Amino acid sequence: MAEHLRGLFINYYETAAVILFGIGFTTLLMHRNLLKKIIGFNFMDSGIYLYLAAKGYIAGRLAPIVAEGRTDPARYINPIPTGLVLTGIVVSVSVTAFLLALTCRLYDRFHTLDMDEITRLARKERV
Amino acid sequence: MKSNGLLAALVRFAESGNFREENFTLPPAEKARLDTDTPENRWLASAQHSEKPVSVRFAAWFSKKGMEVFDTLYRIISVFICCTLIGVLLSVVAFLPPFGSAGNPTVNEVVERYVSRAIDETGTTNAVAGMISAYRGFDTLGEAHVLFVAACSVIVLLRVDADARKKGRFIDLEHPGEDMDYEPNSDLVLRKAAKLLVPLAFIFGLYVILNGTSSPGGGFSGGALMGSGLILTSVAFGFRRTERFFGDEMYHLVKTACLTAYALLMAYFIYMGANGFDDHVWLGIPGTILSGGLILPINIAVGFEVACTMYCFYALFRKGGL
Repeated sequence: MAEHLRGLFINYYETAAVILFGIGFTTLLMHRNLLKKIIGFNFMDSGIYLYLAAKGYIAGRLAPIVAEGRTDPARYINPIPTGLVLTGIVVSVSVTAFLLALTCRLYDRFHTLDMDEITRLARKERV
Repeated sequence: MKSNGLLAALVRFAESGNFREENFTLPPAEKARLDTDTPENRWLASAQHSEKPVSVRFAAWFSKKGMEVFDTLYRIISVFICCTLIGVLLSVVAFLPPFGSAGNPTVNEVVERYVSRAIDETGTTNAVAGMISAYRGFDTLGEAHVLFVAACSVIVLLRVDADARKKGRFIDLEHPGEDMDYEPNSDLVLRKAAKLLVPLAFIFGLYVILNGTSSPGGGFSGGALMGSGLILTSVAFGFRRTERFFGDEMYHLVKTACLTAYALLMAYFIYMGANGFDDHVWLGIPGTILSGGLILPINIAVGFEVACTMYCFYALFRKGGL
């Protein structure tokens, strides 16, 4: 148990990322407001970026930009997670814009952002 | 009403304890009496409710009280799920290889290859740019398409007709709508700050795009900077000013041209690479602006596409059209 706790403290970036992910997930589940759900979704994204960036880091090494022609791989950190984070950010921006547009349309239609209220009104409309 | 009669027959049958067959059929006089609207019959009708099967009664109860019960249950279950999720993830983190150590399994021969050979194979000193635009260029092409599709779907969802714009979400500077009434029409501080910052944002965005092969940055980050410059222009000076040089047609032209150019360049890259041909691209001098071969034009195309998409998102949410 003590060993595991030490693991958590050594991997403190990953721990923070996981907690951030958990906070986002909780927000996504517990709030009825659609905007807060989207904010929770973005929290989860941030947790994943932090996790990936932490996985790519190697203590005492430089950013992967070759300087002075020195291409020794032992000098630079891992460039792959950085590229993956870039992909993640772009996809997250796209999905957030799409979700916000859907929320806009729902608000135009039902004049509320409450998820349960929208479900109720939509069901009433269908019957 | 017909079921009422049948029900009465059943009730009487149960009360009498008489199990003969004629009790199931009603005499016509009795049937007529049961079909009329009397207090007794109404009681029978209400009693019918409790005679319904359990599932129907549960549905009736659920429609009345169900939401409260569901809400409480939902909260309890979701707290439980969230705590479990965080617990499971934390226990996984505790077993991960230590943070920042060079011996991690993620640091393998792929990383070695990218860092040591990127400068010869792609002509970039920035290994990340070489990786995302050359080694994993197909992935980045997909990423650009994700942005394109997102912008298209937002246009489909939020586009307002030219006639409806006057009444709806469209905000006209000369005839302020309900949203605009609460905002200053020409904010002096905002305008002065924008005059200073907009050229800087554009120049810095271009700088980041052009130096994407030799310094941190590239198409996506530089494009986001230029997009924020466009957004700042329209916030400070109004949409009329922005529409003069960046309207609907301009947006579609720039965006489609950039994405097509990107796709064609990437198709050439992939075709040549897959068939083992020499792609005859001058890789340039690593560390300068003219380096990285096709990565520089790709960065420029991506940058303009991202700038367009950023501004498109803003304009659509703000006024429902470009």
